[in-house]
Amino acid sequence: MSEHESNEQKHERGNSRVITRLLASVMLMFAFGFALVPLYEKFCEITGFNGRTTNTAAQSNEGMNVDQSRVVTVEFHTRVSRGIPWEFHPEVRSIRVHPGEVKTVNFIIENRTDKAVIAQALPSVSPGEASLYLNKTECFCFEQQPLAAGERAVMPMQFYLDPDLPDRIHRFTLSYMMYDLTEQVQVTANLAE
Amino acid sequence: MSTTVSDTHSAHDAHDDHHDHKPTGIKRWLFTTNHKDIGTMYLWFSFLMFLVGGSMALMIRAELFQPGMQIIDPHFFNQMTTMHGVIMVFGAVMPAFVGLANWMIPMMIGAPDMALPRMNNWSFWILPFAFLIMLSSFFMPGGAPAFGWTFYAPLSTTYSTDSTALFVFSMHIMGMSSIMGAINVIVTIMNMRAPGMNYMKMPLFVWTWFITAFLLIAVMPVLAGVVTMVLTDKYFGTSFFDAAGGGDPVLFQHLFWFFGHPEVYIMILPSFGIVSAIIPAFARKPLFGYASMVYATASIAGLSFLVWAHHMFTTGMPTFASLFFMYMTMLIAVPTGVKVFNWVSTMWRGAMTFETPMLFSLAFVILFTIGGFSGIMLAITPVDYQYHDTYFVVAHFHYVLVTGAVFSIMAAAYYWLPKWSGVMYDDFLSKLHFWCSLISVNILFFPMHFVGLAGMPRRIPDYAIQFADINQIVSIGGFLFGFSQLIFLAVALKCAFKKGKPAPAKPWEGAEGLEWTVPSPAPYHTFDVPPKV
Repeated sequence: MSEHESNEQKHERGNSRVITRLLASVMLMFAFGFALVPLYEKFCEITGFNGRTTNTAAQSNEGMNVDQSRVVTVEFHTRVSRGIPWEFHPEVRSIRVHPGEVKTVNFIIENRTDKAVIAQALPSVSPGEASLYLNKTECFCFEQQPLAAGERAVMPMQFYLDPDLPDRIHRFTLSYMMYDLTEQVQVTANLAE
Repeated sequence: MSTTVSDTHSAHDAHDDHHDHKPTGIKRWLFTTNHKDIGTMYLWFSFLMFLVGGSMALMIRAELFQPGMQIIDPHFFNQMTTMHGVIMVFGAVMPAFVGLANWMIPMMIGAPDMALPRMNNWSFWILPFAFLIMLSSFFMPGGAPAFGWTFYAPLSTTYSTDSTALFVFSMHIMGMSSIMGAINVIVTIMNMRAPGMNYMKMPLFVWTWFITAFLLIAVMPVLAGVVTMVLTDKYFGTSFFDAAGGGDPVLFQHLFWFFGHPEVYIMILPSFGIVSAIIPAFARKPLFGYASMVYATASIAGLSFLVWAHHMFTTGMPTFASLFFMYMTMLIAVPTGVKVFNWVSTMWRGAMTFETPMLFSLAFVILFTIGGFSGIMLAITPVDYQYHDTYFVVAHFHYVLVTGAVFSIMAAAYYWLPKWSGVMYDDFLSKLHFWCSLISVNILFFPMHFVGLAGMPRRIPDYAIQFADINQIVSIGGFLFGFSQLIFLAVALKCAFKKGKPAPAKPWEGAEGLEWTVPSPAPYHTFDVPPKV
């Protein structure tokens, strides 16, 4: 009988060890799910996987050689987030640049509502690989754009391409999606209070 | 061996007659910690959900019977496709497997019960509440979730109604239930095997469930994380998937399919175990390549973590990533092929008979393989651009889930019903059920391949006129298949009310395993004294 009991106890101990480990794995995998968010961001940043360009200014191209032998076509694409009555377009639909050469393109936005808004543009490059070689020294997308009711603004974007841009890329698209952040900014402000 | 076991048993059945105090009425079912009671409840619950989810599928097929809008409006149609998917995946297939695990794993490894009986009770009883919450969302303004069972952001965040909150809460409860079930299975298998039952002697159903349970532990928490992120994105101002706030909607798809692809193996690995039990029994030959079956199952489980992005080829991945996921997906065909080869080899020169469980298993092997082949077609990145989000995909996953998972569950039910109920099922009705299901399921799903290749998108309530004929055929097949399942209900009810020939302890001549050494119906308590293996 006593032997039976000790067996039982051994069993219980075995069970609780396995359960503890399994519960720990559950917690670990839950945390892993959330850890995937920054990991994915880092992965995209390194590989250009999702075509997102960095939202910080690149260093100027001083001392960089302009590669006159190559010409790359950069197409611009603009969209306004669904259901928002703004006008948003680039001055030119595409330009041809030499790698290393600095170019400025103006984008025009017009708030056609009778309310003040805060807009934010998000860039995306396709194919994603090209995003690694696109250096913006100045861009309206670096910060939020407050727009008064009916305001029309001209927003510059200055960039150059890294001469290391792989030879097979002759053409890529830089797309901007313009979002209305008015509500979110208010929510965050309210939360901060 | 057999004498020792039956001796212990007769002693132990007498013991049962004296000490078998179980509460009666509703309390028995509410408070039970008995693995057989809980298994029975899981199985009935999943069958109920199968009928509920099936009715939704019939609404879909009724609307698609003709082009144009006839019966339901597009928003309700989307609710139907969403809830059909959610209920079939989380309410019908997964609980059915947990029910089978509850009933069979302790009896197969010679354990008196599951290792954690009280948690077992909880993991079942939270499930009906999860589905009550989910189904109650139909009565909310805007109706039930309508963003597809995959709940892609921003459909589930920016463009969804408040039913999303119920959806998320309900998914959390289902996830908890699955995790508790998985923990229970692992602890039971690791610690409660009868003396002599080492790992490589375990029946394959036990093995496949063991591996499935680890998959559940690995991915259900990730699902819980994803639904939480959807909830906070929608209500608490986070931007995990909102590009405007710095998030990425494509990230949702990566996270979801990181859960979602192992999930589809969670829904098929136990099927492999069931079929590996039934085919040897009716071919009267031991399973060909037992060890390779175990390794193949483990490799499928391992590979399932490396293929998720084959659901996302059209999101514009770099070529290298597309190729990686394409080759990894094709690699899964190798261990799966090993399994199909082993089942066919088991039948080769066997003395085969064709009782209903065997019929369902044979249909499983052939039709699941068809589903596997269309899966390989979908894995090829360049052609996936044509197939993506068409009825071809719908045909593919219904072949692997209906003629795969559901057929194997039917096979399991017929195979073990005599053991559960103590009576043989109605042979005529069961054969009728099989042939009606087999014919109608192919009328239902096979033509979907053709409309899919011709370009009919999935999840639409209306379609171009040239798809009308095939959709009509598909809908007829759908109604036939749906109503054929009522025959199964009749068979199950007849067994539940003990209408039928009494079943012997081992009704199948060639069946192997400890579950056949106990009388039929299996006594309330089995293997209080561990059997010798």
